[in-house]
Amino acid sequence: MIKASGLRKSFGTLEAVKDVSLHIQPGEIYGLVGADGAGKTTTLRLLIGALKADAGSVEICGYDVGSQVEQARSQVGYLSQKFSLYEDLTVLENIHFFAEVRGMHRSEWQPRSDEILDFVGLSEFKERFAGKLSGGMKQKLGLATALVSKPRVLLLDEPTTGVDPVTRQEFWKLMIKLSRASGPEGYSVLLTTPYMDEAARCNRIGFMKNGTIIREGTPTQIRESFQNSVIEVQVDGGQHVKEILSKIAGVEDVRAFGDRLHLIVNKDDVDQITISATKQIKESGYQLRSLKRIVPTLEDAFISLSADDGGTQ
Amino acid sequence: MTKTVIEVKGLSKKFGEFNALDQIDFQVNEGEIIGFLGPNGSGKTTTIRLLLGLLSPSAGKAWVLGFDSFKQSEEVRSRVGYMSQKFAIYDDLTVRENLEFYAGVYGIHDQRRVIEVCEQIGLEAQFNGLTRDLSTGWRQRLALGIALIHQPRLLFLDEPTSGVDPNARRLFWDLIYSLANQGVTILVTTHYMDEAEYCGRVAIMRDGKILAMDTPSGLKQTIVTGEVVEIATPHLTECLTWTETQEMIRHSSLSGDHLKVILAGGFNISDLNEALRVTLLNIDELKITEPGLDDVFALLTSGL
Repeated sequence: MIKASGLRKSFGTLEAVKDVSLHIQPGEIYGLVGADGAGKTTTLRLLIGALKADAGSVEICGYDVGSQVEQARSQVGYLSQKFSLYEDLTVLENIHFFAEVRGMHRSEWQPRSDEILDFVGLSEFKERFAGKLSGGMKQKLGLATALVSKPRVLLLDEPTTGVDPVTRQEFWKLMIKLSRASGPEGYSVLLTTPYMDEAARCNRIGFMKNGTIIREGTPTQIRESFQNSVIEVQVDGGQHVKEILSKIAGVEDVRAFGDRLHLIVNKDDVDQITISATKQIKESGYQLRSLKRIVPTLEDAFISLSADDGGTQ
Repeated sequence: MTKTVIEVKGLSKKFGEFNALDQIDFQVNEGEIIGFLGPNGSGKTTTIRLLLGLLSPSAGKAWVLGFDSFKQSEEVRSRVGYMSQKFAIYDDLTVRENLEFYAGVYGIHDQRRVIEVCEQIGLEAQFNGLTRDLSTGWRQRLALGIALIHQPRLLFLDEPTSGVDPNARRLFWDLIYSLANQGVTILVTTHYMDEAEYCGRVAIMRDGKILAMDTPSGLKQTIVTGEVVEIATPHLTECLTWTETQEMIRHSSLSGDHLKVILAGGFNISDLNEALRVTLLNIDELKITEPGLDDVFALLTSGL
């Protein structure tokens, strides 16, 4: 549904996007993750043809964004970070406005808007002014305006930033319902997020850094690609214990996590490190509360990925 | 002897009819890193603004470093560092000039302090560079440096790492940990679960109330009493509907290719497996996973 190859875009001397290729299937929810300035939003803007690429090509549902931009865009629903709603229009009026902008006729949008409001759960609030909606409801209305023209591809730029976990859960239900709808109604969703707990919910993730996708795969694949093992230690004694543990052979890194420490260790040395860590903590007179091997988190994987890549900045 | 740095009793703040903060109580000791976790509008920033005496309370009391937040706010503010969400960094000044400017605001004219802070936050290489050329991660460190310039004993950080990548965040937190080791007390707000995991103790906020406050492990142990299980299935939505009707399941949440359920105390993965078998839903895999703060949050707020 989305096929991009070799995308490049520079702003002056800044190479915002360099050689990005994407292949997104129907029914897939793809998360583009990375820091501010990694190139996520620029990539999205290239995909809808809002920016012209310096090199590379994009196809949306078979239409080339360079030469058939109108047809391509008719297949896309786009929700930008700062999407605008007309606060002095009602929920329904907002939907009608966006439908007409997209060239839909009254006979098309009228039945469609009921369907879509029902889908996002705003039917009861049709007549409410958009300015009087809560944050979560505004976000649903934003989504409804992106869905009104029955697009097959949804591009969402940080859709859940600042939204509470309950609303986020409802949002994910909607996304999954959409992507799972069978046949020609099935959507592809591409969303961006700076947060790993959000990324973990996607079918596939691409991690962007400095304009390139440095790793791509399912959340599980990315966790498993992490070369090391993680041992979680709970102990009193903070910084001092951290220093003791970081000196043990085979310990690559010790990361503090609140009341716990994560030891990043070579896979082969887990048993031996477990023994020497336990021993050294006891000898130093600290009380060991727990020590266990844990599954590396996406965060563990990405810290190592972005560090391997030549430092953070 | 642990020293109390913040003490709050029955603190409330109303904006018109809206209860921004509703009777909160808590206490923070020296050298602690406290996280305030909650969605936008749950009262996190209001708490900080009250503690700094920038807002006056509708009810209740607060002491910061032994001073009354509302009667002695000058004393409080001169001893506390505050990094707000929208910190004013002057883009057309250099790193050095920004630090000097804020040092001047606090009446510090000693160049050595400016250089010391710069080393502390690891910005020596950018010392004479323009601020506008800094990446988000570096800007955040500069904002921290500015908050540290007058050597505060207490730091308020309001959503300090939004928009930075995991590695830059890691480096930022290493700085926070070293400050805490020097006895600086830190209060951080965040609406992200994975950031709250970094804190020593976490207060979970919603609708102006503190729903629970404990170490991340303590919260998970006391609140998530049953096993947390991931269900991989092609029938996501059907399975979700099923889980919502099961007594043994306290909460379920949906991801792109699996469901996560929190079992009620006393139930385990084999009970779940047994119950699922009868439904005839195709299940690819069931596995136990570690509870996270998102599970704690979901359980605490599901009854509201």
